[in-house]
Amino acid sequence: METNKNDRILLAHGGGGQLTDDLIRRHILPILGNDTLAELGDSASLNLTSSSVCFTTDSYVVKPLFFNGGDIGKLAVCGTVNDLAVAGAKPVALALSLIIEDGFEFESLRKILAGISRAARQNNVDIVTGDTKTVEAGAADKIFINTAGIGVKLDGVEPGMEKITVGDKIIINGTIGDHGLTIISQREGIKFQSQLQSDCAGLAGLTCELFKSISGIKFMRDPTRGGLAATLNEISRGCGLSIEIRQADIPVNPAVQAAADMLGFDVLTVANEGKFVAIVPPESAEDCLDICRNHPLGKKASIIGRVVETRDMPLVELITKIGGKRIVQMPYGRELPRIC
Amino acid sequence: MHERIDKAQRLMDAACEAMGRQVNIMEGCGTHTVAIFRNGIRSIIPKQLKLLSGPGCPVCVTDQSYIDTVLQLADRDDCLIATYGDMIRVPGKGGSLETKQSKTNVKVVMSSEDALQLARDNPEKKVVFVAVGFETTAPATAVVIKEAAAGSIDNFFVLTGHKLVVPAMRTLLSEKNHNIDAFLCPGHVSVIIGYGAFAEIVEDFARPCVVAGFEPLQIVEGLGEICRQLSAGKAELKSIYTAVVTERGNTSAQKVIDECFEPADGYWRGLGNIEKSTLKLKDQYAQFDASRQFNITETPGEETKGCRCGEVLCGLIDPPQCGLFGKSCTPQKPIGACMVSSEGSCSAWFKYGQQRKRK
Repeated sequence: METNKNDRILLAHGGGGQLTDDLIRRHILPILGNDTLAELGDSASLNLTSSSVCFTTDSYVVKPLFFNGGDIGKLAVCGTVNDLAVAGAKPVALALSLIIEDGFEFESLRKILAGISRAARQNNVDIVTGDTKTVEAGAADKIFINTAGIGVKLDGVEPGMEKITVGDKIIINGTIGDHGLTIISQREGIKFQSQLQSDCAGLAGLTCELFKSISGIKFMRDPTRGGLAATLNEISRGCGLSIEIRQADIPVNPAVQAAADMLGFDVLTVANEGKFVAIVPPESAEDCLDICRNHPLGKKASIIGRVVETRDMPLVELITKIGGKRIVQMPYGRELPRIC
Repeated sequence: MHERIDKAQRLMDAACEAMGRQVNIMEGCGTHTVAIFRNGIRSIIPKQLKLLSGPGCPVCVTDQSYIDTVLQLADRDDCLIATYGDMIRVPGKGGSLETKQSKTNVKVVMSSEDALQLARDNPEKKVVFVAVGFETTAPATAVVIKEAAAGSIDNFFVLTGHKLVVPAMRTLLSEKNHNIDAFLCPGHVSVIIGYGAFAEIVEDFARPCVVAGFEPLQIVEGLGEICRQLSAGKAELKSIYTAVVTERGNTSAQKVIDECFEPADGYWRGLGNIEKSTLKLKDQYAQFDASRQFNITETPGEETKGCRCGEVLCGLIDPPQCGLFGKSCTPQKPIGACMVSSEGSCSAWFKYGQQRKRK
């Protein structure tokens, strides 16, 4: 039963019968297959090298499914890999669940699976178990993906917000706002969209190198929804200390800034999908920066600010390019719907 | 850059000292308002220099009756509403366009061209374009009206809510707020109308008018220039946005506005009815005029109880002085229009202006 490019997913592909079997064996396994997945067991058995593991899950509903710099499949792998990576773990295995709308094109599904396969390979993780469900037309928007991931904690690495102290430096591994503005520009059909590209990438290679080389890394988080503003506010509240960042030191791609200005977005609040914020002791900051800048995902890494004493309450303050100061609040918005 | 900022700061200090009282400068553009907050400009100007956010956000100045009309049209099965994104959350009678969106007859467009295309793509529907904005967006509306006329598109209508900046400035100074010492004039609008359009404010009211762009340095230098004039007891017309703003503006854009529209009296939120302050479609384009085709009569809309958007827009109060601000009215659940739009004064104050509350 060969499929051509006009073929579509039917409700029956989720019915558990022959079509489901066909979907899995003929379309999914050849693209994602590995020994564990190929067993098609009810659950995957894994031999982990440590008893200290990290476990996370995330769902992906991004619209459009394909965007400059990635697709929902790549995002579903990288997003979950990054949640493990910033916790100080080496990602090992992912579970993958697909919820597909009746009528979804096979051609698109194949592209998404290819995106998943590529991203899994690049990040050294296997898809070891999974599930597919179909829902009637209108009950989902084309395809939703959930991934869950397991990672093995790196030896002696125990990042935590409680370790953050006054004087610590804040590092980001590159430009901000690229993902969110790529998505919204593409969705809205804005002219300069071709100049924008999502930063969607798996960070585990770089974070593992950092955690292994620099012993004092206090904390890491990936600034996804809500952008740098949300992540820094979470960190500030979590550690009870204030944060001061300098606008001039925050890398922003000029096309991204232009798009943000045009749409009225504050680039600090726009989502990233290939960035981490690291809080490091001042004496390690330059070494961290060196490691980042020697890695393809950290070429534009920068020390963007520092942790400072709290006066009345913990807050994030921005020193602007003209020397003004303003508070960076936790974003309120749903300015950018369905970006991940 | 820092030398230029220092210089502007010295001019501001001098003006405050020369005036011996609080100096009030109104920025008449929502983009200025947001840029002032985002760049922390309030933190580097003297305390006695007060920046007032004027009626510069198109969504904010749109009268409630207009919003209610749009909501009524959205209820009609034969209509498709094409609107800029900012408008969909403005609350009116029975909800907002956003809550109607589930009915799929509200479409967010990025341009007037998109609205016209909707009409082409949906010949069975009457597509109503919610045309708001100042002289900056009016030419784009005019262009598609002419296109619709040339292409004999008979299912495209424009509910015009376009407004003119200068009549509003006149009303502010003559009736609403005598404490405005000067205007930082809107850069975008000036590209179209030219900085010469503000000459009448300088001549008739003796208030400095300075056109500035949106880069923080431009804004700071614009404030510096205003303060230089105030210190010297002068009121002059000046543009420091010289890269893009000329004295006469974009004459071809003005021409297309003139071809399609004529000035008419109209209601503004907070400012009331202002003579010749809105743009009405000329008779020859009556077939595209939603007001005429759907028999809409303009009456002043009812403001929500407790909402002080009107006073905010006139620079009479700062948003936190409104009893609803930050309590029942937030960007997540806006009550007043100034909290809805990202360029609204209340929204800007809420996002950038306040300190986080103590736990």
